[in-house]
Amino acid sequence: MKIEYYIVLSLALFCIGIVGVLTRRNAIIIFMCIELMLNAVNLLLVAFSKMHHLAGAAANPTAGIEGQLFVFFIMVVAAAEVCVGLAIIVMMYRNVHSVDVNFLNRLKH
Amino acid sequence: MSITVLLFYFLSALALGSALMVLLSRNPVHSVLWLIVTFFAISGHYILMNAQFIGIVNLIVYAGAIMVLFLFVIMLMNLNKETEPKKNKWLKLAGVLSGGCLLLVLVAALKTAEKKGELVQLVDGDIGLIGNLGKALFTEYVVPFEISSVLFLSAMVGAVVIGKKGD
Repeated sequence: MKIEYYIVLSLALFCIGIVGVLTRRNAIIIFMCIELMLNAVNLLLVAFSKMHHLAGAAANPTAGIEGQLFVFFIMVVAAAEVCVGLAIIVMMYRNVHSVDVNFLNRLKH
Repeated sequence: MSITVLLFYFLSALALGSALMVLLSRNPVHSVLWLIVTFFAISGHYILMNAQFIGIVNLIVYAGAIMVLFLFVIMLMNLNKETEPKKNKWLKLAGVLSGGCLLLVLVAALKTAEKKGELVQLVDGDIGLIGNLGKALFTEYVVPFEISSVLFLSAMVGAVVIGKKGD
């Protein structure tokens, strides 16, 4: 499979995530769209890793392994981010009884 | 057309369609369920590329743990179609337009890419197996691995501190 197909697929997923962040006003849906963008990047990293492995496997048997390790670390950071972010959203809901991000335009109250 | 190519197109269509449904569904619970379908399709892509460790971790961590957390929070808040905030039609149009423009620009930039036409190795190759990844993770990348464990610990403590009732 050519690399362009994977690039276009993950670009489309990434842009869907961006449209979600721009149009939805529910904080949880915005959060989920950020997860979608992270996953698009993960997919592209794995595809590039397999491309480099095919190109350089003769010289180096572990060529391209870094890409998949980066995916692993991105997952770690995303999980930590979800953990803290959802706690913040729950706290915000407890205070204003809504998850509409427009309520956040008055952060000082 | 071989079976792997067919599988690639099927998984791509599934991922894009369910990602669109995440945006379009009004009920947040349905959004979470569609996002789980998207993650399953992406895991299918990983397994198609023989990156089995990443595929399984994606299933367990994303489709399992993180999405359960989202679902739990949504049900805790009692969100549904009625509490969904009303939004401006022009704002929606502008968002879709700007997202489409970004996609157009990025795809156009791909036209001049250098590595165009290089192949991705499907179903074969062993760098994605857990033995090789683990060997690299615990030799070359052991410091980032330990730092990420500290990050997890601090995230856990932070979530407890933020979520604590009463200050």
